[in-house]
Amino acid sequence: MLKHITCTVCPMSCDVVLKVGEDGKVLSLTGNRCARGKVYATKEHTAPERTLTSIVRVNGGVHPVLPVRTNKPIPKDKLKEGMLVAAKVNANAPITMGDVIVKDFLGLGVDLVATRDL
Amino acid sequence: MDKAKKSMITAQVVIVGGGIIGTAVARELSRYELDVLLIEAEAEVGWGTTKANSGIVHGGFHEEPGTLKAKYCFSGNQMYPKLCEELDVCFEQNGIMMVARTPHEMETVRLYYKRGKERGVNVQLFSQEEVARQEPNLDPKIVGALFAPEGGAVMPFELAAALMENAIQNGVKYKMNTTVIDAWREGDKKYLETPEQIIRADYVVNAAGLFSDDLARMFGDDYFSIRPRKGEEYIFDLSVKDVVKSTIFPVPGKISKGILVIPTAAGNLMMGPTGDNVEEKEDLGTSQDGFNRVFEGAKRLVPSLDARKIIAQFAGVRAASDRGDFIVELSPNVPGLLHLAGIESPGLTAAPAIAADVPGLLEEAGLQLEEKQSFNPRRAGVVRFNSLSREEQDALVKKNPSFGRIICRCESITEGEIVDAIHRGARTLDGIKFRVRAGAGRCQGGFCQPLITQILSRELDIPVTAVTKAGPGSEQVRYVAKELYDEEVR
Amino acid sequence: MKKVHVDVAVIGGGPAGLAAALAARSEGAEKVLIIERNTELGGILQQCIHHGFGLHRFKEELTGPEYAQRFVNLVKDTDIDVLLETMVLEVTPERKIYAVNSENGMLEITAKAVVLAMGCRERTRGALRIPGGRPAGVYSAGTAQRYVNIDGYLPGKRAVILGSGDIGLIMARRFTLEGAKVEAVVEVLPYAAGLTRNVVQCLEDFDIPLYLQSTVIEIHGTKRVEGVTIAQVDADWNPIPGTERKIECDTLLLSVGLVPENELSSQAGVAIDSITNGPIVDDSMMTSVSGIFACGNVLHVHDLVDNVSKESERAGRYAGRFALGTNNSVPRRVKVQAGNNIRYVVPHEVSSTEPVEFFMRVQRPEDDVVLDVGGLRRIRKASVRPSEMLDVKITPEQLQNLEGDTLIMQIIPQKEA
Repeated sequence: MLKHITCTVCPMSCDVVLKVGEDGKVLSLTGNRCARGKVYATKEHTAPERTLTSIVRVNGGVHPVLPVRTNKPIPKDKLKEGMLVAAKVNANAPITMGDVIVKDFLGLGVDLVATRDL
Repeated sequence: MDKAKKSMITAQVVIVGGGIIGTAVARELSRYELDVLLIEAEAEVGWGTTKANSGIVHGGFHEEPGTLKAKYCFSGNQMYPKLCEELDVCFEQNGIMMVARTPHEMETVRLYYKRGKERGVNVQLFSQEEVARQEPNLDPKIVGALFAPEGGAVMPFELAAALMENAIQNGVKYKMNTTVIDAWREGDKKYLETPEQIIRADYVVNAAGLFSDDLARMFGDDYFSIRPRKGEEYIFDLSVKDVVKSTIFPVPGKISKGILVIPTAAGNLMMGPTGDNVEEKEDLGTSQDGFNRVFEGAKRLVPSLDARKIIAQFAGVRAASDRGDFIVELSPNVPGLLHLAGIESPGLTAAPAIAADVPGLLEEAGLQLEEKQSFNPRRAGVVRFNSLSREEQDALVKKNPSFGRIICRCESITEGEIVDAIHRGARTLDGIKFRVRAGAGRCQGGFCQPLITQILSRELDIPVTAVTKAGPGSEQVRYVAKELYDEEVR
Repeated sequence: MKKVHVDVAVIGGGPAGLAAALAARSEGAEKVLIIERNTELGGILQQCIHHGFGLHRFKEELTGPEYAQRFVNLVKDTDIDVLLETMVLEVTPERKIYAVNSENGMLEITAKAVVLAMGCRERTRGALRIPGGRPAGVYSAGTAQRYVNIDGYLPGKRAVILGSGDIGLIMARRFTLEGAKVEAVVEVLPYAAGLTRNVVQCLEDFDIPLYLQSTVIEIHGTKRVEGVTIAQVDADWNPIPGTERKIECDTLLLSVGLVPENELSSQAGVAIDSITNGPIVDDSMMTSVSGIFACGNVLHVHDLVDNVSKESERAGRYAGRFALGTNNSVPRRVKVQAGNNIRYVVPHEVSSTEPVEFFMRVQRPEDDVVLDVGGLRRIRKASVRPSEMLDVKITPEQLQNLEGDTLIMQIIPQKEA
């Protein structure tokens, strides 16, 4: 089976074509103009990850919401669940950039941290 | 709700409609010891035809002799300087110029000149050179013009709001967001049914604009119809200035006065309006075709106009009547019912004059008029930060710090002015925009809208999600963050 | 009226203003003042809560607030003065600034040098003249971003987004992550205007359709948006009859362009470039008015905040020198001209003795080209795109080799080079 993945590492945006076996493993790929493209496309196929950035409710700050991020990327298919969990968070000011708002977010070994002072 | 279950309130005179006519009438009636109630369907006054009006105070030379339009336009025009001074409303008496592009059109211009002269209007004829000297940006093909220096421009919503404020100041009561769903007469009492209540009135003034025929029909008066006619207008960036000194008219067409170039009282240049018969009274959409016709017409007057400098556009619907003239008369069938209908152009100009006749007309119908000693014609205390000197601005902020927080960057409007507008009756984002211009500038609220939303929430003590752009159904932000997830989790 | 004298006044406390102020202070200007209209520093970065900022400068992918916080922390460690919730009303050619706030009233600030860092505003529905009524529910993408990320409100629950620039793409993701449904992103060009990475992570990740060569031709709804009609467009961007489609929604976001906010600049007499809509500057970032400098989005719309910081540090440095009287520009002025497939180049003039960094954008996408810097340098590029700003440096030594007084920046196909 052939799968197309657009590489986003640099502005070339190569159209990388992966040949994928029945078990989902990447057999070969073409279309990338550099090695970074191979790494990116393989990862994007086997275990795509995203950094989740969002807002959580906060009490006592100058704004009612606090911007947060996962401090490491999480599996792409966990984004929806991540948003549901984030929707229930209530943080409390004062907060410093980098403060851990939710430890071990979704049990994935990453933290949800504040991205500003509030 | 069943009619029988509704509570009843009474008033001596009920004015149905808070447009330029209704508010002008309210102020006139507030000169007398009367119990007056104004009801309006929208959230704020002036939101029917009035707010989409071109804002021109006409010279009084257009209208055919013998018509009510002619009678009231000229007398209205003469009342404007004093009215605007009393109400502290901006009246730019910058004149009206009707231009001719051909000798044939110039003959028509001369006819209007004669008409104006006979009516007592201050009109002059200009030669080609005189036109070019006074208005250097007009198409040089223009061969001559008529000039009426006593015409000019106002902001129609500012005027309607000011009339209403002064009326309230002098004792008029009001109910906004109130629609009449049925009306009837029993003896000499008139009844108006709203979704919540029944209002019993001795006298009813029908100033319901586009819906004045519907109201008349409810009372059994089926002898006139409103023929809605839409117009689109296009507004230029404030930086487009010194283009024309006066409002420029072409020679009129069969149904409308034509596409104009208007230096508005707000300071923006504007072009329009079109004049298209429409089916829907509430068809307020601008269109590509409308724009094309407006731009084409405007460029025939001022060839250098640049469409890229347009910042906003809007449409309105004129409440033209099938009579082709104003309807200012007591109902022949229902005693104490006064129709002020079919008020299309020159309705804005005519409004103070029509309103001035209303007490007399109601007196004919039996209303006793006793002058109110405490009547105060002046609306006072409106602060315009922009128009003050730096020293005055400094003193103002020191007295009231809320004038030191600029909310609308494009027009330099302060929080103090916005709060003041709310105290004077603004309840919505549009209400604030129309009264004090916050959000009317080049960024069209991009910066200030979130700030004004917060101010409205605070001042009206309502949640931010209840703040509306233009009344119920137009909430500015519908949900609190995460609210949609609460529903899902629940 | 309170009268204040400063060495360098910086108008705007976003990334441009912060970097300029720090550089002016470092240069030795003693009294440096930042004037900011918002309640806090950081500018537009505070509402850009997504990551992707600072990859070049910090080798990390920071969120907007994180990038801002780094500079805010640096400013806190200095004696740079900051006026918040203060709006500049006027800048005169003599570098007098009139600003107002609730605490002080009117302030008259006399500055030896002024740095314009006011950023930009968004193009509006009114400027596009999209037909239809004026219901609630139409927002520029940045305003919607502010409502969500700063004020904590979601404007609607079913959105269509006009414009596939990065702001539109980012908001497609924001809306989706906050629980709304984004029905479509509509783009008039035949390709997405924003970064491919954003197309992948904001649209493809969420199966949001992207309709290219299309636009919104009507907005429906009286009190609130009820839907939009979209249509395909031809090469002249005119709607093609018969391709109309109605999409139900309660929100329309507009991501249709940014306009540098140069009202104050024009009033100060600063000459404006009609292509960039920003001031014409020389390589010290000084405008046509002596002692008034410009940097950041007010000068030209950037993609990378890293470049904003770089450009603004330069402006701040020269503003500082100007205030100290240590500015030394050589008499020879070289005019910079945008040649083949170059839409604009900033700065517009070169006259200093330091290396110059040019920022530019191409007019059209092209592959396998050479960027020719006045014949002095040639750089091969596999592809160039209007949405991705280019930058190139020239040293004074290289500049010496220029014949004549005009440096033409141009794109040449590789096979012709």
